[in-house]
Amino acid sequence: MIGFVLRRILLMIPTLLVISMIVFTIIELPPGDYLESYVAELQARGETVNEDEINFLREQYGFGQPVVQRYVDWVWGMLHGDFGYSFEYRLPVSDIVGDRILLTIVVSLATIIFTWLVAFPIGIYSATHHYSWGDYGLTFLGLLGLATPNFLLALVLLYLANVWFGTSIGGLMEPKYLDQAWSWGKLVSVLEHLWIPVVVVGTAGTAGLARRLRANLLDELQKQYVTTAKAKGLSPAKVLIKYPLRAAMNFFVSDIGHLLPAIISGAELTAIVLSLPTTGPVLISALQSQDMYLAGSFLMFLSTLTVVGVLVSDLALAVLDPRIRLEGGQSR
Amino acid sequence: MAAGNLTRRPSRKRAPPAVPKDNLVTVRNLRIAFQEHDQDVEVVKGVSFRIEAGSTVALVGESGAGKSVIGQSIMGILPKIARVTAGEILFADAKTGEVTDLAQVDQDSKQYQQIRGGRISVIFQEPMTSLSAYHTIGDQISEALFLHRDVTHSEGMDLVVEMLTLCGFPDPSKAVKRYPFELSGGLRQRAMIAMALVCRPALLIADEPTTALDVSVQAQILKLIKDLQAKLGMAVLIITHDLGVVANMADEVIVLFHGKIMESGTINDIYTKPKHAYLKGLFGAVPHFDMKPGERLISPADLTLVSPMPEDNAAKEKEEAKRPARALLEVRNLTKEFVARKGGFFGASTENKVVAVDDVSFEIREHECLGLVGESGCGKTTLSKMIMRALAPTSGEILVHRKSGTVDLARNRDHGGELNQAIQMVFQDPFGSLNPRMTVFDIIREPLVIHRIGDRADHAVKVQELMRLVRLDPRFLTRYPHSFSGGQRQRIGLARSLALDPELLILDEPVSALDVSIQAQILNLLKDMQSELGLTYLFISHNLAVVDYVADRIIVMCQGRIVESAPREVLFRNPVHHYTRALISAVPYAELDRPLDLSALQAGDGTAPSAWPPPFTFAPGQKMEFLDLGEEHKVLVAVGATKKDLPK
Repeated sequence: MIGFVLRRILLMIPTLLVISMIVFTIIELPPGDYLESYVAELQARGETVNEDEINFLREQYGFGQPVVQRYVDWVWGMLHGDFGYSFEYRLPVSDIVGDRILLTIVVSLATIIFTWLVAFPIGIYSATHHYSWGDYGLTFLGLLGLATPNFLLALVLLYLANVWFGTSIGGLMEPKYLDQAWSWGKLVSVLEHLWIPVVVVGTAGTAGLARRLRANLLDELQKQYVTTAKAKGLSPAKVLIKYPLRAAMNFFVSDIGHLLPAIISGAELTAIVLSLPTTGPVLISALQSQDMYLAGSFLMFLSTLTVVGVLVSDLALAVLDPRIRLEGGQSR
Repeated sequence: MAAGNLTRRPSRKRAPPAVPKDNLVTVRNLRIAFQEHDQDVEVVKGVSFRIEAGSTVALVGESGAGKSVIGQSIMGILPKIARVTAGEILFADAKTGEVTDLAQVDQDSKQYQQIRGGRISVIFQEPMTSLSAYHTIGDQISEALFLHRDVTHSEGMDLVVEMLTLCGFPDPSKAVKRYPFELSGGLRQRAMIAMALVCRPALLIADEPTTALDVSVQAQILKLIKDLQAKLGMAVLIITHDLGVVANMADEVIVLFHGKIMESGTINDIYTKPKHAYLKGLFGAVPHFDMKPGERLISPADLTLVSPMPEDNAAKEKEEAKRPARALLEVRNLTKEFVARKGGFFGASTENKVVAVDDVSFEIREHECLGLVGESGCGKTTLSKMIMRALAPTSGEILVHRKSGTVDLARNRDHGGELNQAIQMVFQDPFGSLNPRMTVFDIIREPLVIHRIGDRADHAVKVQELMRLVRLDPRFLTRYPHSFSGGQRQRIGLARSLALDPELLILDEPVSALDVSIQAQILNLLKDMQSELGLTYLFISHNLAVVDYVADRIIVMCQGRIVESAPREVLFRNPVHHYTRALISAVPYAELDRPLDLSALQAGDGTAPSAWPPPFTFAPGQKMEFLDLGEEHKVLVAVGATKKDLPK
């Protein structure tokens, strides 16, 4: 088992290297660089361009150097915690992203927990009562949740929250707490605002998860070993929890790997609508303005999350399913 | 309105009437209905029988006869759509002295939960799917114990180990920590039996307990059930379609047909004086070893039909037999090794070589049926896949002799050509081998479409002809597979395999998933088609009696090697190899005076060549040679062994 974990962790290194190459290629792909578009923008506004300053910047950030050299510098920098410099913000990337990452993680984790808490009971109920009115009703609600565009739901909830609870529009906290140190009041304010993005981002995921859990559980409930368990004299609830639910967890655990990046990237549009101080809006503007180091670091961040997510789900699967754990005669 | 009627039992409660003293279970006028599309379909129609304490009763019948449903109703594990509409199931528990009408008890009630697994237990057909892959054997067995008995954890585990020992587990204290997928099929079924019996129930319901197992393992499991029954003093209700199993196990037999009892009585009465036509038909449908040449199986489903066999067939067969037989397919020194890699990536990887087919040579002659017999894992499927070119051999030759010349299939990788048309395959599972989303017409003509032969009009003519050939009504062509029974589906598969006018048909266990009466029909059909079309068959099966019925020559395989080959009559009259003899002796006969010799069964696997007596013993990789006994009879022995070394 330890060997398995080690091998999986070591395997992440080449994976991330390949991803970094692809990311770097993508951010290099558009013709020109940030400075060129910056110069073009200044000229369009009729401002004079200081050639010396541009050349200095060009020198400073190594735009003159060959591609391979810049790639190596970029990767080397990231390994040392230096994610490069954002031209747009004129700040180091880590300064821009730092604050936002914490809030992004808070929103994402809350969304995942919300999704699970809602989807699990629904999925189990639908599977054990399939083709009942309850099942049909929940299916209808689920489809409604899947089909409603996130931004629309976001606007509706913003309005309702403002009218009913007096919550301020947009953001993750009352404006007065912005740039303040963490305090009890700030925390309460964050919690007050948090539920809207969580519900908005989580709705579609919840509906999907509930449907998948229902389908998987239905398959498992038909199987012979469920009858065997029942024939032993176990009560129906115990049978359900110990056998088919356990087997239906497999798909769920293998889903974790995709859940993390999907939630973080999927939340971007919502984040713009709700003007959340998370990472999403920053990524989109960085991509638009060819702010290459900022965009690159973001993409790397998302990729790392995916790879870590897959690792977590693989390890969880191995713990859950003895067939995977003991595969190929691994020692027990 | 029908949906509201789903009460499980008649609401009128009454005191259970007295039952005769020795009866453990008394079933009276039991009726069970399935609710389908708001309609009640009765599947058990007024069945009455009894099970005496300590005795064995066999419920015999074919798929759809309602035998499993009766078992489920006693167990209280009927599916949701089923309900008992009338009748009673009286269970007289000697332990408590109470008589309970199980038909009146709610399936999900505490009362039933205590009886289930505690007083009545069940084992199922498929030992892999009946056990959860996520829990250890020990966990799953002890679970029943902790539910029904007041024991501490360590006492419980001791009892589990004791039970596993009783069930013949080689290393019971280690076995409790194993997962089902780490065990062989036979051991899984033993674990299932241990689970059912760990609480010492008064009744064991065995629902087709050996149908999914190889014949030698089947004999071992039957012996185990008998031994345990004697030791624990329980009654057994065995549900099966195999009259051979019944003859070896039962005291009383109940024959079911479409939910009704056709005949019941002691095993002696049933086997010596079968009265009902259906029962007689069942006996006639079982292939057995002493059939006269030319004797045909009679399927009860055929009874009203005129035999489709042309009258001059026997004469034609003789004529063909005289012709000197030319080899159509010749396999020379064929070997297939599989390499399983463990570890990998950054860990040290070790290679584990498995020789699935080990230096196999044989030939298939034109117009003959070569039977290939062996148990699961002997390499017979690997061999057939290599002939189909689905697998590349490690070494050796597969020569096809055709009018256009000889081709070596082991080297010829030219797919899609006429070689692919010359060899076709019929599969075991008639449900999995037909695409449920294609009509019968499209299924049968698909080979023609793939090989771009003819247009749609040609196909229509050809498919009609094929349907007649496999005795199916051409009007069925627009239907989908789900509206056909297993036997009809197998006919469709057969028609598909014949679409390209092949010379050689590989039949991989074509009847092992079918009921005996259907099996008899398909076997007869195969025989008829062979003589009508002049086909050559490679017939693969683990069922010796079936192979005996269809094959001209037989080869026996074990652990990747051919251990004996002979013409059919010779092999069954005079089996020489230890393994062949063990196989033949493990086949249960549907006759009372020829019981299985259970005492002769070894406790371990009879399939281990290291346990065979000399000169048959071989270790993996050891060089062996064939000893020619005349009459084309060959047996695999140690190098240098002669006829004198063979056991009598």
